[in-house]
Parts: sequence; C-alpha cells; structure tokens
Amino acid sequence: MTSTARVPDHLDADELQTVTLTVNGSERTVAVPTHRTLLDGLREEVGLPGTKSCCAEGECGACTVLLDGRAVNSCLVLCVEAEGHEVTTVEGLSADGLTDLQEEFLNAGAVQCGFCIPGQVVSAEYLLRTNPDPDEVQIREALSGNLCRCAGYQRIVRAVQATAARRSER
Amino acid sequence: MTTAPERAIDQRDALGEPSDPYPQGQVGRPVLRYGGGDRTSGAQRFVADLRFPGSLQVALVTVPVGCADVLGIDVTAARAVPGVVDVVTAADLPSPMPRFGVSHTDRPVLADGRVNYHGEPVAAVVAETLDAAQAAARAVHVDFRELPGVYTLDDALAPGAHRVQEPSLRPGHALADSNVLEEAHYAWGDVEAEEARTEVVVEETYTFPMVTHFPIEPGGTVAVPTDSGGLDVYSPVQHPYLLQRTLASVLGLPLNQVRVFAPDPGGGFGGKQNPKLEPLLAFLALRTRRTCRLVLSLEETFQSMRRAGCRIAARTGFTADGALTFHSVEADFLIGAYADVAPRVMGKGSYVAAGPYRIPGVRIDARAVMTNTTPSTAFRGFGSPQVSWALESQLDAGARRLGLDGLEIRRRNLVAKGEAFVRGESAATADGEWQQSLDKAAELIGWGTPLPPGRGRGIAVGIKPGATSGLSQSLVRLLADGSAIVYAGTSDMGQGARTLWQQIVADELGAPLEQVSVVSGDTGTVPFDLQTSASRSTVFMGSAVLEACKDVRRRVLDLYAESTGVPPEQLGERPGVLVTPDGELALPEAARVALGSLRGEFIGQGTRRLRGKGKHPLGGDAAFYEFNATAIEVEVDRETGELLLTRHVTVSDVGTELNPLQVVSQDEGAAIMGLGHSQMEQLLLDEHGRIRNLGALDYRIPTFKDVPVELVSAAVENHDGPGPYGSKGISEGALLCTAGALGAAVADAAGVVIRDLPLTPERVWTAIQAACPEEQDAQ
Ligand code: FES
Ligand code: FES
Repeated sequence: MTSTARVPDHLDADELQTVTLTVNGSERTVAVPTHRTLLDGLREEVGLPGTKSCCAEGECGACTVLLDGRAVNSCLVLCVEAEGHEVTTVEGLSADGLTDLQEEFLNAGAVQCGFCIPGQVVSAEYLLRTNPDPDEVQIREALSGNLCRCAGYQRIVRAVQATAARRSER
Repeated sequence: MTTAPERAIDQRDALGEPSDPYPQGQVGRPVLRYGGGDRTSGAQRFVADLRFPGSLQVALVTVPVGCADVLGIDVTAARAVPGVVDVVTAADLPSPMPRFGVSHTDRPVLADGRVNYHGEPVAAVVAETLDAAQAAARAVHVDFRELPGVYTLDDALAPGAHRVQEPSLRPGHALADSNVLEEAHYAWGDVEAEEARTEVVVEETYTFPMVTHFPIEPGGTVAVPTDSGGLDVYSPVQHPYLLQRTLASVLGLPLNQVRVFAPDPGGGFGGKQNPKLEPLLAFLALRTRRTCRLVLSLEETFQSMRRAGCRIAARTGFTADGALTFHSVEADFLIGAYADVAPRVMGKGSYVAAGPYRIPGVRIDARAVMTNTTPSTAFRGFGSPQVSWALESQLDAGARRLGLDGLEIRRRNLVAKGEAFVRGESAATADGEWQQSLDKAAELIGWGTPLPPGRGRGIAVGIKPGATSGLSQSLVRLLADGSAIVYAGTSDMGQGARTLWQQIVADELGAPLEQVSVVSGDTGTVPFDLQTSASRSTVFMGSAVLEACKDVRRRVLDLYAESTGVPPEQLGERPGVLVTPDGELALPEAARVALGSLRGEFIGQGTRRLRGKGKHPLGGDAAFYEFNATAIEVEVDRETGELLLTRHVTVSDVGTELNPLQVVSQDEGAAIMGLGHSQMEQLLLDEHGRIRNLGALDYRIPTFKDVPVELVSAAVENHDGPGPYGSKGISEGALLCTAGALGAAVADAAGVVIRDLPLTPERVWTAIQAACPEEQDAQ
C-alpha cells in the first residue's frame, strides 16, 4: 500500500495576484497566490495577527472580521475576493483604545485564555450594530458560530448586554 | 428581569463570608484580568502571531492508517519542490532514535519504522514557505504495510492482540508482553464480609468516551538555533521547565543552552503540558541551522492530545437504610500509543474511584491499556470524571432501589471533615466541610420542590486529588519608586494566574495594583516552576510569591535599620507596612528611605516545596482536594431525545476566593466543558484507527446555544486551604461530576438509565423507545 504524492499541480497557479483592499480604513495592496485566504492574507501579508486561526473551515468564528460591515469567517473568503472591499479587524475596532464592548468583556470576566476573544468581539460588535438591544436568546443565536473552549459564554452574554445598556444611555 | 449571568454573580455575592484577608486590599476582590486589554484588542501575541524573519516553515508527513510498518520513504519528488530546504525521516536522526516521555521514555522524535497511531509523523519537510512545505509534504512517497492495529479495549485485551509497544522498551517488566502498560490496585476492608450484610447490590458497567481538548489555539513550536550551539524554543506549553529538561536530555545539551519561551497558551486544559513535537523541531533547527516554525492545524491538534476513554465495571452494596457497604471496581483506561502521563491519570483517577464516601470495603483494580490511538494525556479532571461517572451513577441506582433520593443517599454516605474516604496504608481524609457544598447545591437547584412533567433533577459530587509533590520558586523585585516586578513561571493559559500574583504583591508590598507587573514564560529569566497543572498554581506559586514578598519586607527592614541607625529590634513589618518607633510607614516609603540616594531595589525570593512520599502510590499525599457538588434540572424531549438544561448549579469548596470573578469564570467554564463530554463529545474511529470526526465540522463542543438556561456557580469558603489566605485550587471541580448529575436528571425526567456517555439525543431517544415500547406504537 502506498500513500502517494498527488504531485502539486497548482504550483504554476501559485503565480501572485495583486489585491487592493481597504483594511481598517487604509488602502493596502498585497501580492498573494489565488488560494490564499483573507485570514492568512490579513495575518501574514497585511501584518495584522489579531484575527485568529483555529479550524480554518468556518466552524469556530476565531477568524471573524467585518467585510463591508458584515461579520464573516475570514478563513472562508479568498484574499482575491476581497479586492475593492472594506475589511475591519479587531485591531480596527480598537484603534482608539478599548471600545465599550471590549471593556465590558473584561468587566464581565469573559476573557480567559483570550484566543477566541477577537472573533467574539467582532461578532458581538456586528450584532450590536444590527440589533442595538438584543435579548439573551438573540445574543446566543448571533454568537453561536463563535466557539470558546474556556466557555466564557455566560460572561460574554453579560458583556454584550452591559454594552447595549451603555450605548442606549448615550 | 435579571439575566442568568447576573444571577450567578448575585448568588455568589450572597454566599459565605466576605473573603478579604485585608479589608482594604486587592486579594478577595474581582480584580480585572492582568493582560486582559491585550486579549480583547488583538494585541496579545500567541505563538502563531510571533514573527521570525527568515524562518523556515515545517509540514509533517503522515500515513492514512493507525498502525503500519514503514517500508520505505521516497523523498526525491519532495526535495525537487522549489523552496524545499530539507526533508527529514527517521534515517536522518540519531540512531538509536531518541525517545522521550514523562512516565516512560517511549516516544520517538519521529516514527521509527512503525506508525503507532494515525497522525504520527513519519517525515518532516522544511521549506522557505508554508506553501512549498505543504506541497512537498504531499510529494513525499511513503511505502507502508498496514498492520492489524488495536483501537478498542476489547481489541487490545484480546489474546494474541497486536502489541502496541515493543516489549523491549520495558525490559523485565511483568506486563511487557501485553498491551497493559501499568496497573493500579487499591483495597481496604473486607469486600466479601461486607457483602454478607448488604441489602442491595448494584452491578453495572459504564463507559466514558475518548474526547479531545480542542483548545481554540491549535498551537505550534518555533525553534531558533543560537550562535553558541544551543536553542531558543517557543512553544505555548504549560510546563516550560519540563520542555527545557526534555530538550536538553534528547539533544545532550546543558540546561542553560536550551531556553524555552512559553507564550501564553490559548487554552491548555492539560493538553499542552507535555512535550510532543518540540523535540522534532529542535532537531530540524539544529540540522538546518535556521529557525524552524510549525503551526499546527486543529486536525493535527486532535491527533496530538486527548482524554483517556474508560470502561468501568462496578459492584456496589448498600444496607437497607442506604449506607454503602462495599464498592468494587474494575477500570480500564484506554490510553494511546505512547505513555505520556496516562499511567498516572489511571493511577490517580482510580485512587478516588470510591469517591468521598464512607465505604468499609473497597477493591479497585485499574489498568492503563495501550491502543494504536492518539496518546492520551492530562485533561482537566485527570481521571476523576471517568471514575465519578460510574460511582455517582451507582449511588443513584442504589437510591432508586431503596426508595431514597439522590441527595439523601449522598448525605448519608459523604464523609465529614477529617474522616477517611481512602483507607489503608495510603489513607486520605476529607480536608473540607464537603457537606456544605452538597447542601448549597441542593438549595440552589430547589431540591424537592415540585417540577412540571417531563423535567427531572440530579445531584452528584466529585473529588480530585491536587498535586502530590511540587516546587515553585519566585522572585519579587521592589523597585525604588515602589513599583514591583514578579517573576513566576506559571503559564497563564486563561486561569488568570498573573492577576493573582499582582493582587498578592499589591497587598503584601503596598504597591498600587497597576504598578505590579509579572514576567513569565521564559526559562532564561524566570526561576523554576515544576508545572502548571492540577490546579496547583494558586497554592504553590501563590505561596512562593507570598514568601518572596515577606523576604522583600525583611530586607527593607534590615536596610532601613542600616540606613537610619534605628536598631532592627525596634522595627517591625507586616503587609504593606514597616513599623518604626515613630509610627507606621508605608512600605514603598520605607523602601525609598532605606535605599537612599543610590536607589537600587530589593529582591525577594520565595519557594514552596512539597516533597513526595516514596511509598505512597500517588507519590505523596495530595496538597488539597478539589470538591464539587453539581445539580442539574433537565427537560427531556421524548420525541427527539434532546435535553434542555433548565438549570445547572455548581458549588465548589474553594477555601478562599482570591479573585471571585476569576473563580466564576473558571467554574462556569469547567461546568460547560463537563457538559461537553456528558452530552455531545466523543472521538470516533474507523476500522483503520483513523479519527472519523477529525475537525470542528464533525466534532462538536458546547456552543452558546448549549449553555443551560440558567447556570449558577457558587462557592463554599471556609478559608481552610493550604494556599495563600486559606485558598485551594479551583479550576477542575465543576466538571468532575457533571455527567453523574446529568445522568441522574435524565433518569428522573424520562425514567431511563443510560450508562454510556455522551448522552446524545440518539442515545436518549433509543433508551426511551426501549423502555416504553408503547410510545413507539403511538408514532
Ligand atoms: S478559523 Fe475561520 S471559522 Fe474557524
Ligand atoms: S477565552 Fe479561551 S477560548 Fe475563549
């Protein structure tokens, strides 16, 4: 029995493509092979490692970014697909210091190892922008694609609720 | 309406006495996580986020079966891939193949002619880019012959079964020619005599699945050769000093030539304790003289860590009024292809197989059985959840036969503080008022109050021995301006260890909290710590930090005397304060005066050592026991078998909460992790020993939607632990007996008893159908 080499037929397809996109408000141009995901492009080419990689197949939410304002799993988007689009990463959310949401994550004790947290913060921010006053069921639903093995789920719900309350007072 | 999370905090506030050892101090307060800002903003650097310009990327080559002889490896095509620097097989490593391991030196750096589990690397490719490394790894041609590997306990224990381990690796060992790596036996009293006075005997068999840690950070390793012939290794490990020692011994280098940097693990749960692929990376870096980097995929992480599955056959006796008379247990732990720390998981887990109960006759026979599967390792709970599942289920079975309820039978059998629950030579006695946790859990779940139809409740307790030996060393520097730096080698993987050191130093030295920083994760600058495991850090490293602070205070006193001419016997010190004949001085001020115009600093050293006992089967008495009581209320959907957890209460005996917010986080997290192995998680293998549900798509862990409607975490504080201010370890308690509580709740709600975890909808539905055929007819 043998485990064979599928000879990499895509080596030629590794030709670099130039992609121009807006990341956290600034225009960035990167040269990437077509198979490069937006996640890897952001981490390796743009130099923003705040967005995390875990499952690389759209199941864990660690890689969540905003693409034209909508939360997406950046491991499921190709870099070349982001040409001309606007991407916001966790670094972009906190460019001027911690946001109210990030502060509430800390206050609630939602942050343990922290590896899932950038993705959680981006997903929660997206939720609050689309539904400023979510109830507990809506929060659980909206964040159900973001796994946390430290399982700070209940703390995160509390953080989102506290942020919603803070924002409604403004 | 208050939400469930708010209630959890409210409950906690209402429970017990305030725990502030110093009313104005930081200890006992919900101080926010040290480094938390970076963890929310994305600035925290995990190992995969570190940049090493000019580094080489590594990809691993495996074969698609769990057990095989490697007949040949052709690397020609791989070497031809542009950008490839090296392709390394066993033939390129020293002969005999270097091996390592914490309990047995059995694990090869690379598979040496024999693949023993699916995912074990047979070769590694090193290339200028990850794309090239991965392409070349696919181009490595491995010729292999599949062997009849053993993947289940029955396979492994069958006569004539394939031997996972070469008998020559255990020369002279009585079990060498079997798949049983080690056994543990504990016994006290006279089981046969006890049986004679027994009213009810329950005899059943239980299974606990293999589950994987699934840290959200898959992890990885970077090895950097140094100019002096040594290595800097970056790996998110729980035990940096163990990794340092392992690498030094495998490479034949002195310890000072191996420097381990341990970036904070993005979740560990035991899976990141022991060395795995680091020795391979070390050899690659020394061969290529270049920095070598391997970042694991989640699939590769699944293939490098898991919890031991377990099958437990138990016979348990009760008197007519529900007193336990005997308990006899045969527990087979399904460990993997290499020992790792699994024999200790088996030995330590089975040590508490009779639980925290008063049982006159006990016999426990446990085995660690090797199979051609991912080496199992430490995993939160360390063998206790497995044995607890069987024991707690046996208690409920006895209670049902006797017409008692789950709370009452536990009340009648639970030991009191100071009473032995393990008897005989290696006896262990209760070190807490454990019945308080049981009563609190019962109160918080509303035990005995009426329930709507379709709902049921269960309650269970669990214990786990803490560390049985240990050594933590710490340095604390009090700087001239009153700020302080703590050096403590505990890995902060989410439990929040650094926050506690900050709190302790702030109180002991009178420094503002935000002016205390912590250095960890570098064996080159931070003193020795044995390990970050067994919920030991608060007790061990916490005590070392506390001692270092006391050392600083003594040094401040001495130098103050010298600098001012006040005789030392007229001076005194206590936390945050130097007492002088003219009154009290804040310690930073006293330090400033003592240091004078040359400034400088004070350096305090602290050590906490627990020596083992040679004769003790665990290597020593546990420093403390984690005790937890969990109560669950569940609604069972009889049509689908789905479980809706309406309320889940966990109460842990914590001694003293040094940081209540972090205790809640750890406790809730453990509770939900416990629901994972109780309700949904299990690694499934195919007939070739491959993990069928390899990856996040098919292996489900709890999500936001799986959190109980109400999850309440509470604590009992009696300030009776061996750690600073009476604290105990707390990080594992809430998953020890989750399964037992859930199983009992399902039995109460649906009238079916299930003895195999996890309690998936399919299993629950099938059990309901089998118990009530009329429901089947009605459909
Ligand atoms: S890494 Fe993208 S969803 Fe998991
Ligand atoms: S905080 Fe650790 S995975 Fe979420």
